[in-house]
Amino acid sequence: MTDESSTTVTGGVLVVGGGISGLTAALEAAEVGKDVFLVEQNPYMGGRVAQLNQYFPKLCPPSCGLEINFKRVKSNRKIRMYTLTTVKAVAGGPGNYQVTLESKPRFVNNNCTACNACVEACPEVRDNAFNFGMDKTKAIYKAHDMAFPMKYVIDMAACTKCGKCKEACIYDAVELDMQPKSFTVDVSAIVWATGWKPYDASKMTNLKFNDSNAIITNMMMERLAAPNGPTGGKILRPGDSKAPESFAFVQCAGSRDENHLEYCSYICCMASMKQITYIRAQYPEAKIYVFYIDLRTPGKYEKFREKLMADPNTQFIKGKVADIIAESDGGVTVVAENALTGDKIKQKVDMAILATGMEPANKEQAAALGLATDNNGFILSDANGGMIAAGCAKKAADVVTCAQSSTAAALKAIQASRR
Amino acid sequence: MEKKYGAYICAGCGIGEALDMEGLVKAAGESGIPGAKTHAAFCSAAGRELIQNDINNDGVNTVVLCACSPRVFQDEFNFGADKITIRGNIREQAVWCMEKPSDKKSADTIKEYTQELASDYVRMACTQAKKTELPEPYKLETLTRKILVMGGGIAGLTAAKEAADAGYDVTLVEREEQLGGKALGWRQQFPTKAPWTELEEPTVAAMVAAVTGNSRITVKTATEVARIAGAPGALKVSFKSGKTKSEWDAPAKVTADEQDLINKGGMADPNAGLQPYMAADPAAEDFGGVVLATGWTPANVSEYAHLGHGTLKNVVTNAEFERLAKAGKVPANVAFVQSPGGSENDMDFPYCNSVTSMVALKQAKYVRADNPDGRAYILYQHMRTPGNMEMFYKGAQNDDGIFLTKANVTKVEEGNGGLVVHAQNTLLNEDLAIEVDMVVLAAGMVPTTKEEASINLAYRQGPAFLDLELFDGYADSHFICFPYETRRTGVYTCGGVRKAMNMEETIDDATGAALKAIQAIESADRGVAVHPRSGDGSYPEFFFQRCTQCKRCTEECPFGALDDDEKGTPKPNPTRCRRCGTCMGACPERIIGFKNYNIDMIGSMVKSVVVPDDDEAKLRFVVFVCENDAYPAIDMAGMRRNTMNSLVRFIPVRCLGSVNMVWIKDALSSGMDGVLLLGCKFGDDYQCHFVKGSEIANKRMDNIGETLKSLGLEPERVGARDVAISDYDKVGDIVSAFVDEIVALGPNPFKGF
Repeated sequence: MTDESSTTVTGGVLVVGGGISGLTAALEAAEVGKDVFLVEQNPYMGGRVAQLNQYFPKLCPPSCGLEINFKRVKSNRKIRMYTLTTVKAVAGGPGNYQVTLESKPRFVNNNCTACNACVEACPEVRDNAFNFGMDKTKAIYKAHDMAFPMKYVIDMAACTKCGKCKEACIYDAVELDMQPKSFTVDVSAIVWATGWKPYDASKMTNLKFNDSNAIITNMMMERLAAPNGPTGGKILRPGDSKAPESFAFVQCAGSRDENHLEYCSYICCMASMKQITYIRAQYPEAKIYVFYIDLRTPGKYEKFREKLMADPNTQFIKGKVADIIAESDGGVTVVAENALTGDKIKQKVDMAILATGMEPANKEQAAALGLATDNNGFILSDANGGMIAAGCAKKAADVVTCAQSSTAAALKAIQASRR
Repeated sequence: MEKKYGAYICAGCGIGEALDMEGLVKAAGESGIPGAKTHAAFCSAAGRELIQNDINNDGVNTVVLCACSPRVFQDEFNFGADKITIRGNIREQAVWCMEKPSDKKSADTIKEYTQELASDYVRMACTQAKKTELPEPYKLETLTRKILVMGGGIAGLTAAKEAADAGYDVTLVEREEQLGGKALGWRQQFPTKAPWTELEEPTVAAMVAAVTGNSRITVKTATEVARIAGAPGALKVSFKSGKTKSEWDAPAKVTADEQDLINKGGMADPNAGLQPYMAADPAAEDFGGVVLATGWTPANVSEYAHLGHGTLKNVVTNAEFERLAKAGKVPANVAFVQSPGGSENDMDFPYCNSVTSMVALKQAKYVRADNPDGRAYILYQHMRTPGNMEMFYKGAQNDDGIFLTKANVTKVEEGNGGLVVHAQNTLLNEDLAIEVDMVVLAAGMVPTTKEEASINLAYRQGPAFLDLELFDGYADSHFICFPYETRRTGVYTCGGVRKAMNMEETIDDATGAALKAIQAIESADRGVAVHPRSGDGSYPEFFFQRCTQCKRCTEECPFGALDDDEKGTPKPNPTRCRRCGTCMGACPERIIGFKNYNIDMIGSMVKSVVVPDDDEAKLRFVVFVCENDAYPAIDMAGMRRNTMNSLVRFIPVRCLGSVNMVWIKDALSSGMDGVLLLGCKFGDDYQCHFVKGSEIANKRMDNIGETLKSLGLEPERVGARDVAISDYDKVGDIVSAFVDEIVALGPNPFKGF
């Protein structure tokens, strides 16, 4: 990693997004020898996968691959990395873009040693977005345990500028009056690896996401199961912390639905299968019901599915969930029709997990910058080769596919810089 | 480099409050680096300036910094490529993981123990600084940047074109007479753009033209690669005519035992008539890197007798149906069977992935296009149309002539002048008997790597990628995050050899593979490693005078970096090497080492730990820790202020595979009471970044247990445990449990000798 302040480089590549796709594109290009600017809007790198507990089908921790990638970033002088940074404007064309970037203030400078004294001093709290609001952090916080860079940050929406953190910090790292910073970089190509966000579960009015704490999304389940999550890795019902005895997975919550996301989000079937293993590890006897249209566990994933389907306490029901009803005991009843038998099913469970799909994360930004997108907001690479889409900014995909398309994007960017 | 040392001990982040800094300075002095400086925060501008001034004014070029973990502030403590910085971790792994005072242990006792712990880390860091050297990158004498692409289908055409467009010369080899591969037989292609419902005209002819018209690309059709020898940046490739045999064909792997048998006449030599793998082919061409894109073959589905392929006329595979469709009109009534399991199981045919669902939709459209009243029946268990292909599926559902249902197809038989397909459990709530003219089975795509070596390496470890049975023969990396990383550096796979994939995915995949080949060449040119130790300029060096030719290094290298020379001595190929150090761990003669990571260095660090010989409360343990996963987990435990047992001393290693058993003997002979290895999960779902390192280490540990027994030591004194990077809340207990076991055994009986 090279000092952020040295932005004068020509023929470089800008990678927008520091999740697994952006990291991959940046590293693969830099390890060929290209200069790379890597920008991320969050205060930490790693994107969505940093929130995941495990990857399917290996059930390995994503932080393992992230650690290697962070190490590669740290030891590569070709990469300049900027957090809290977004693209404001793009001028020029392939081979010669001038990109205006804006860094939001972190309010904590590079003196921060991550000693945690500020957090102990801070009197204010905020909802922890990293854990989807299932717990709180102080107004000054570390984004998560394995955050890279390992620097704290202040959420000004929660901060009262009382100055207690500043007093507590003996390293003079807190700067409550830090200002946003605009700067321009010249690059030959831009890789858009802006990723995805979970489809807003409250938009599916029949699934009543806002009616009951027992209804969570698949991404919330990742946080509940993660050892650094809001419950220390214990899968408990938000609100009353009940240890659930029964679970329902609601597949295609938004995906494959013309009223919501017309495409298939690719990962949700395998994500639910994986989450069944989380549940089984903690609740060997729990009843699990999976409501699906098709089980999209193709190729080598079939073996994983076969293993899970052999579990007598897990039922797979072909049928789309029509309704979820909040019950007075804190649980919910899931209503569906079995497509094979025609039977109407009302299944009471302690917790329902909505397998919400993937939506491109930066639709608005893409539109504002005039990027070419398809009608669902996924970014299209341009034919001239200067603007290159990678990972889930390009299409709904799993991590392996994202790594492939991001590696490909690195080569396209290198080609553009030869023009 | 003449080293000039400077030691710096940070008092920040609670270190100064918890510990006696003078004691730490003294520990550095005892380890040969007197006059260590302290500062309230070396990471601050003032702190770094202090170090920089010593570099500028006193010529310090080897900085020993005992402070936070080496995983943080790497940039701040980088004093230039010609300076060495050694980090001692006394924050996360000492002060931040201190026990909380309790009835059992007073604050003073805890402080005493932590002081001893941190002092040992200071000693180890000083010792490491003394024993390390700046690495000098390995440079090939001559390096070639040309890329070999094997296979002229969509994947190979793409890889060749993309590498050429990045400025690299490419040779594209295709076994058949013409380029194009399977795509030549396609009538139409899947949609690639909105509204995702219309089939597209084949683009393969245009892709072939772009390749044949590219001056950077040399095309060799009707040609195969007989063998690939050498190493990235300097590969020697022997070509031969397609579908012929050659004396330069890559020899099969023969183990030492098998070779004995062959020599005694007890076994036929599988390599009779072939040149030995080390032989140099004078006609070989030079290449820098390789993309393997030899694709797939249609699966044989005749084993599913109830479906009638091979016995019933007009039961065909999807590949056969595509040929019919390309040649002319297809029949009017066609059933597409997606799953072979009858009522027994709902899995697709093997080797399908989601491609065959999409092929069925495409071919159903042929039925509709060719016949005004055509009817296509798609009988599936699960339609697999991920991403935008869902819209393709939706489009087919809106076609009145395409009938789609979930179904268990139980039998196909002749009847009524055609075929009858019997199915149960359908969405119509009744069993079906569909009369059709033709039945199409969704046969999978079997990777060429399942049946043949494909890559044809003339390497000591054999011609093929290893252990592909774990992935049903696919040349898969088995790393979710790093799909391109094969176990053969400089050789990257794409397309059908990796996974059954559609054209869009294949093009991305092949473009990525081309980049990886380029990257391997450029890394070889700089003399640095590729993934996962990207940029590492060190490499293993061998003191061959003491080599006994035991071959352990050549056998155990996960990446096949070592061949034999004519005399049977290991022949390293540094550009194949990933710098994990498994060879160093394997060598019983201890003749393998890196400039900055070697037997003497780690052994000396172990011996620098002060072992009290008369205090039963102060047993000592050394724990070799995988620096990729277990070490960050221990750091994280410290960040979370979890307690860590203060009797243990952690030493990070590149991979558990690099742990040489002599270090364990060093530890036990210096009176330590136990040795633990913490590394990655191994087995089918291995997480080791070097694939085999943790598995090999565990095997070695089994063996050393026997050795200990013969010395009168309990084998329990050495152990190995899995620790994933996410185990930060468990690692303290794992370590303590091990310590408790040894405490129960009592001190090392050889203590004090």
